[in-house]
Amino acid sequence: MALLKAEGLGIQFGGLKAVDEFNFEIEKNQLYGLIGPNGAGKTTVFNLLTGVYKPTSGQITFDGKPIIKMKPNQITELGIARTFQNIRLFKNMSVIDNVKVGLHHSQNYSLLPAILNTPGYFQGEEAIEEKALSLLRVFDLEEFAYVKASNLPYGKQRKLEIARALATSPKLLLLDEPAAGMNPTETAELMETIKLVREKFSIAILLIEHDMKLVMGICEKIVVLNFGTTLAFGTPEEIRNNPEVVAAYLGNEE
Amino acid sequence: MKKQQIKQFMISLIISLVIYGALMFSMNNGIISSYWSRIMITACINIVLATSLNLASGYLGQLTLGHAGFMSVGAYIAALASIHLQTPFIISLIIGAIVAAVIGLIIGMPTLRLKGDYLCIITLAFNEIIRVIMLNLKITNGARGLIGMPMSTDFTSAFISVVVTIYVIYCIVKSRHGRAIISIKEDETASELAGIPTFYYKIMAFVISAFFAGIAGGLYAHYNGILVPVSFDYNKSVEILVMVVLGGLGNLKGSVVAAIVMTFLPELLRSFSDYRMLLYAVVLIATMIIKEKNLMPHIKEKFSKKEVVEEVAE
Repeated sequence: MALLKAEGLGIQFGGLKAVDEFNFEIEKNQLYGLIGPNGAGKTTVFNLLTGVYKPTSGQITFDGKPIIKMKPNQITELGIARTFQNIRLFKNMSVIDNVKVGLHHSQNYSLLPAILNTPGYFQGEEAIEEKALSLLRVFDLEEFAYVKASNLPYGKQRKLEIARALATSPKLLLLDEPAAGMNPTETAELMETIKLVREKFSIAILLIEHDMKLVMGICEKIVVLNFGTTLAFGTPEEIRNNPEVVAAYLGNEE
Repeated sequence: MKKQQIKQFMISLIISLVIYGALMFSMNNGIISSYWSRIMITACINIVLATSLNLASGYLGQLTLGHAGFMSVGAYIAALASIHLQTPFIISLIIGAIVAAVIGLIIGMPTLRLKGDYLCIITLAFNEIIRVIMLNLKITNGARGLIGMPMSTDFTSAFISVVVTIYVIYCIVKSRHGRAIISIKEDETASELAGIPTFYYKIMAFVISAFFAGIAGGLYAHYNGILVPVSFDYNKSVEILVMVVLGGLGNLKGSVVAAIVMTFLPELLRSFSDYRMLLYAVVLIATMIIKEKNLMPHIKEKFSKKEVVEEVAE
């Protein structure tokens, strides 16, 4: 059974159909890419999948449960985490606190133990600290743990955002243009990180990316979106040779 | 981490005991006159108000202008409990605070769905509504003022309230709940997508903030001996907000210092009392110019670079 299944998904802003009849399936532990020309509706799809936007039509099932009526935080708790196209860290918090926010649900001590400083509170906080540090270690951010997040260099902020998303222990990770604004070295490093994340955490990943080298290099299957509808779906090889996709990117010959 | 926190706690406890002891000693020996010791109680009440508003405005990042409204609810309820039910002082305080928290919940449910300016206006309106209600109810004795409650607030009870308020808010902010609250200020969408039930935490911070405003109100009622609705008007809310902004949004120590300064400054400038609000404006504008963000971290920065980050993380 598919981990995530979107059927006939659509959203309309006034008269504009931003996404229309979007069908998509992703299995456990798969790495898929979502590509398309600018304004094709890729980020809108992410917003639909994470509950930021409510679809005007269609159905999304995640892990066998319909999720379109859920709030974004409930969907995250269920196992979909994401990053943003324009990095959205908690800028004035320390690096480790950013990850700790993601780990919010890993502990469930309530308010009173926190005020009374009960052993349960300390155990909870210690467990969170440990998990946060081990996550930072995966991304080589451990030495920056107590630095303000906004003081990190750009590439590391991207990594931190992925770490925060992973802290929510997702089953599906959505990466919105993770390589945007990176130089080729950083992109190569990022590719390694994504591969590592997938192996280490055994999760499914769906990524939006304009860097074709990255997409073609690591994705098992690619969805092409154009004008809010699915244009093509297949392996990188199939996509590369698909005349419709080429037309969407480069225009028709006539 | 546990050891470190306990050590920190013990140090804070000892410091507060020393401060308390020194002040009590000076008061009993006439070093501090009874005039100034009464102002010190006002300062304590203002610290409770400023630190509690800091939770809602500083840490949560919701600009509210209704803090005096919650204070007045706490004040009137505590006073009425003392007068009609003859409850002991501490019970009156807690009853007042709980009612203020419940009102906070009722007000928060619809208004916290709003953001920025809208929330500001709604809470301001709520402040005025409460004031007008207090002005027109028979039981509150309207504009003539409510009298008859025992003058139970002394420096000890005010000081204990300050310590408890700061301690509780500090503990909340340090916990996973506090991180959730701060993350909402930083980026609400990102916070929600990191799994934080943002609406729940907004309500929670707002209600706790109202609870302590209620405590401050109860203290004020039993300190002043008379309650008139006009003392809980819009100006009072702004005054509290000024303390929070001056001390730094999301900075507890700053709130304490600012509350003390803003209590003593008008007293020192008694002869210009008509210009008090003008002075507030001048101080506020000056602060904004000196440092567009807040004063306290700026001063701190000079001493140590590292602490600034921790301060924000707090």
